[in-house]
Amino acid sequence: MNEQVREIGTQIKVTINGEEYTARRGSTVLEICEDNGIPIPTLCAHDDLKPAGICRICVVDINGGWNLETACTWEVHDPDTVITTHSPRIRRARRAILELLLAEHCGECYTCIRGGNCELEDLAEIYGVRDLRFEREDPRFEPDTSSVSIYRDMDKCIQCRRCVRACDELQAVGALGVFGRGPESRVDTFEGMSFDEAVCTNCGQCVAHCPTGALQEIDHTRAVWAAIEDPEKHVVVQTAPAIRAAIGEEFGLPPGTSVTGRMTTALRDLGFDRVFDTNFAADLTILEEGTELLLRLQAALVEGKDVKLPQITSCSPGWIKYIELFYPDLVDHLSTCKSPQQMFGALMKSFYAEEQGIDPEKMVTVSLMPCTAKKFEAQRPEMADSGHQDVDYVLTTREMAQMIKEAGIPFTQLKDSQYDEPFGDASGAALIFGATGGVMEAALRTAYEIVTGREVPFENLNITATRGFEGFKTGSIVLEDVLDEWSFLEGVELKFGIAHGLANAHEVMERLRRGEMDDVHFIEIMACPGGCLGGGGQPIPTTDVIRQARANAIYSEDEGLPIRKSHENPHVNYLYEHYLTDGPCGHRSHELLHTEYTPRGFRLKK
Amino acid sequence: MKATAGVDWCEVVDALAEKHDRKPHALMGILQDLQMEYGHVCPDAQIEVALALGISPTHVSDVISFYHFLCSEPKGQYVVWLCQTISCDMADKDQIAKALSDELGISFGETTGDGLFTLEYTNCMGMCDQAPAMLVNDEVHVSLTPDSAREIIAGYRREGGLG
Amino acid sequence: MGAQMVLGPYTPGAAIDAALKMKRSDVVVTVRESGLRGRGGAGFPTGTKWMLAAAATGDEKYVVCNADEGEPGTFKDRVLLSDHADLVFDGMAVCAYAIGARKGFVYLRGEYRYLLADLEATLERMREENRLGKSIAGKDGFDFDIEIRLGSGAYVCGEESALIESLEGRRGEPRIRPPFPVSAGYLGRPTAVNNVETFALASRIMEKGAEWFSEIGTDESAGYKLFSVSGDCENPGVYELPMGTSINELLTTVGAEDAVAVQVGGASGEMVTRDAFNRRLAFEDVATGGSVIVFGPERNLLDVLENFMDFFTDESCGQCTPCRLGIRRLLNGVRDLKKGALSADDLKMLRGLSKSVAISSKCGLGQSCDTPFASILDAHLKGVAQ
Ligand SMILES: Cc1cc2nc3c(=O)[nH]c(=O)nc-3n(C[C@H](O)[C@H](O)[C@H](O)COP(=O)(O)O)c2cc1C
Ligand code: SF4
Ligand code: SF4
Ligand code: SF4
Ligand code: FES
Repeated sequence: MNEQVREIGTQIKVTINGEEYTARRGSTVLEICEDNGIPIPTLCAHDDLKPAGICRICVVDINGGWNLETACTWEVHDPDTVITTHSPRIRRARRAILELLLAEHCGECYTCIRGGNCELEDLAEIYGVRDLRFEREDPRFEPDTSSVSIYRDMDKCIQCRRCVRACDELQAVGALGVFGRGPESRVDTFEGMSFDEAVCTNCGQCVAHCPTGALQEIDHTRAVWAAIEDPEKHVVVQTAPAIRAAIGEEFGLPPGTSVTGRMTTALRDLGFDRVFDTNFAADLTILEEGTELLLRLQAALVEGKDVKLPQITSCSPGWIKYIELFYPDLVDHLSTCKSPQQMFGALMKSFYAEEQGIDPEKMVTVSLMPCTAKKFEAQRPEMADSGHQDVDYVLTTREMAQMIKEAGIPFTQLKDSQYDEPFGDASGAALIFGATGGVMEAALRTAYEIVTGREVPFENLNITATRGFEGFKTGSIVLEDVLDEWSFLEGVELKFGIAHGLANAHEVMERLRRGEMDDVHFIEIMACPGGCLGGGGQPIPTTDVIRQARANAIYSEDEGLPIRKSHENPHVNYLYEHYLTDGPCGHRSHELLHTEYTPRGFRLKK
Repeated sequence: MKATAGVDWCEVVDALAEKHDRKPHALMGILQDLQMEYGHVCPDAQIEVALALGISPTHVSDVISFYHFLCSEPKGQYVVWLCQTISCDMADKDQIAKALSDELGISFGETTGDGLFTLEYTNCMGMCDQAPAMLVNDEVHVSLTPDSAREIIAGYRREGGLG
Repeated sequence: MGAQMVLGPYTPGAAIDAALKMKRSDVVVTVRESGLRGRGGAGFPTGTKWMLAAAATGDEKYVVCNADEGEPGTFKDRVLLSDHADLVFDGMAVCAYAIGARKGFVYLRGEYRYLLADLEATLERMREENRLGKSIAGKDGFDFDIEIRLGSGAYVCGEESALIESLEGRRGEPRIRPPFPVSAGYLGRPTAVNNVETFALASRIMEKGAEWFSEIGTDESAGYKLFSVSGDCENPGVYELPMGTSINELLTTVGAEDAVAVQVGGASGEMVTRDAFNRRLAFEDVATGGSVIVFGPERNLLDVLENFMDFFTDESCGQCTPCRLGIRRLLNGVRDLKKGALSADDLKMLRGLSKSVAISSKCGLGQSCDTPFASILDAHLKGVAQ
């Protein structure tokens, strides 16, 4: 109501609990308190989301008003603001809120996947809740186990709506809403559909933003334990690029600690027969997808064919389901390449099994992914080109950490070890798949060199234009002095775009539909904010600060690797020489490494 | 009230979007019209509304679930909303409730077998000076007695039977 | 009934004509000087609200007439809209002129749909008479029109930011405030939301002047007020009385001399018992949007409290924890108390809970639950009624 807006950003003095502090005008009381180490309990607030001010646990006293205000929503504009964060009535109000929530929160903490990492449980601890003044409510819901990736137990829901807001604000999917009102209200899907029927991308951002165990991944740990403990089974695991920069957080290491070597050791200790790097398949993806792009460009520029450009990446299964659901008519823009996980899976039970003389029936392929949508992807009926389900189980970063803890492996103290051959040493290009823009950077490193015979003209091969967390980035690179066979690309300015988080993907697709992307050749889209390093299966919490730390870890590991370009991965080259002998996008690779898409969703009814 | 079977919702909703606008702020108007015409807003209609306004079907249905006068399941042709708030309560709304229940052979929250009537409670409807009061669809009936309530029902029964 | 100043005869268009004789800013000044405070319950000074809306920047501004009238026991807006719609709509036009809005909405509660046809007809007539539309009353550049939007059965939509959410096609859940609607309202633009009666009074003030209004009532609560009276009295209905009228006077007027308690301000208001009937109906004493419910000696006040807590439980939007879960606990507590199954400790705990809910809830619904809870409980314990 005041003439505040113009002045946002200037420094002002505020009083908190009698002490003076300097603060940025326009920041919230919560931000100021966090910056100054003053504890404020929160539940509905999340750094990724707009403030909602609905759980009310963060109430504070502003200028001694008759009522309390929420720290997470109250922006301080007035230099004389006097804030009190603890007083008898504040404590009583917070405690009342907490006990009201606990009294309708049904579930045993010790059987809960979020035990030890639950914001509600943490507050109960802080507030010393030993008994409840309110009678406990009976359960209202049946757990929803219908989905292949996400499990719902809404009796644990505290209606903070972080899932609803993540699905709306970050992902523009709108799969979740609040139904009914008052004490009867609940978080649910359209018409109360089960999660497998709901229009949902399985991205897991709702899970990653839930403060409690109400939303979780569908558990694969039990099946994996059974496989590992079965002596008949040859159990292999592949690990996605984004895991190594994050799984350490589950063991108390600071975000951004790269733990590649310790992770491989832990997996071996756990009993996996082989520990492989998904990065191998990421390198393979670059060759396949890069070739596909060049072929599309050739078809368009030389043969004048009506091929779909821009080509859009297909590594992210949440994104794939999103486009199938919301832009079913535009799926032809997608690269036909399977995601690295699925390329790897298809090769394990074919190439690898043949080479090693293992009966694929006796093989169990596990993948360790930062992602819940990968669980869905692995179970898509078409993902069985090896003649078997290519990937049997998908563990999230969180699930794997739990297994390592359960096994009693002292993760942080482990010695480093290498990945197993024949899929060891992958390139740094593959590693950066874990961050938004990484696929594009990797593709450019390879495509530019294929076409021109020279390395990309950037210092240390770092294409900084592809990096960072801006929602949608564009850039271009001019192809000059190209090799003879690519003469049709001489002088072409290769334009690319990079989006992460489905809300940004939505913008891109709307623009594409309006014809505003006609001059763009290649777009990378990742379903999750930040790319896989911010995936729905990553350690909780994930925030921009944490994403940045994980990205830094990934990029610095890339810089330190001997091989930085996918086409220099010796194992990939071996594969093309000995198995996929008709080369990238050849017949054999099409059978194993490419796929098709399934239009679905509400829009199909039209 | 029109039947929903076989309706081309795309067409119906398109006409309503033309009338109200194709933006989210037109949602309530469109839902209210559908509710008036068909007695509820079925899921298929909700999906069309969502597509027409560019919002998620989930948010169409969560909006419906918020408002007492909107629903996604069919109710009776006549929805009787008896006011349960204090002034009507003090004016013996319980007797009216009993008369309605007896007359229709259903409890509150239920619909008669012939699909003609649904009985519901509602909160203060602004007729406190003429309590007890009820709405039947959007018609207001005030200063009710058990007898007058029964007569009103009989009137609608005749009308509905004819219609 | 009563003074008949607001509800008396009115020449349609008179308020607009009077306003157009003034500069926009003088209209605001006049409303400020009249001392008019919002009649929707909160009593915010109307002139200040209009001044803020006029000063706010926005490519569009809006005027919203809050006709959601859902507070138990109030129906005066219904009477205004039934019989004095011209007065209300002219008031909206005056506001539009004052703040620079070109579009107005009437948010009419779904329960009043039966009024819709007549109200649309009035708007149509106003358009014909050039009291709405382009260059209203010949004033170049003063374009304004009114659209009626309906509610669909949700009390909380009377809260102005929830109302705006509903107008925008969402669940009627109150927004974070600040920012207030005057700076960021409908579609994020400056919006003046006022009660039906407030607009009617603004018209009268244009017609009769600020002084006429400010001289009536008390220092802090100027003018006439419409009271909706129901419950145990001989003549329920709408009464027009000066602000500051004592409860006693009102009860005499409506024929309720044996009243033992009155609930002033509806379910979210305060219960006043016989011993305090000399208290005044004014913002500085017993504040009210106009609902007065009278209770005779036969009433069980716990029934009343149960009815109100049931009402809040039913009407809570449910977004914030204390209101969603706390009020139901209060309701259950009242039920236990009625059964004699509530210990003194539990009662004390509930009183504390009620306070906590009130100070920590997001909007006026949850925030006001303690007023009835505490005052009715006290009245009951005093044993004024059965
Ligand atoms: C739960 C709740 C319900 C309300 N209902 C109404 C209502 O029905 N009518 C109304 O004018 N104001 C209502 N208000 C007050 C409005 O929020 C707002 O203050 C008012 O419309 C402003 O107009 P005024 O300044 O003219 O009073 C309600 C407030 C709350 C918290
Ligand atoms: S998995 Fe993703 S799309 Fe599905 S409900 Fe959760 S956030 Fe929304
Ligand atoms: S499911 Fe989790 S994130 Fe969603 S509202 Fe409930 S507690 Fe919050
Ligand atoms: S106080 Fe009640 S009605 Fe108001 S926002 Fe909170 S839950 Fe909704
Ligand atoms: S954290 Fe502030 S209201 Fe929930």
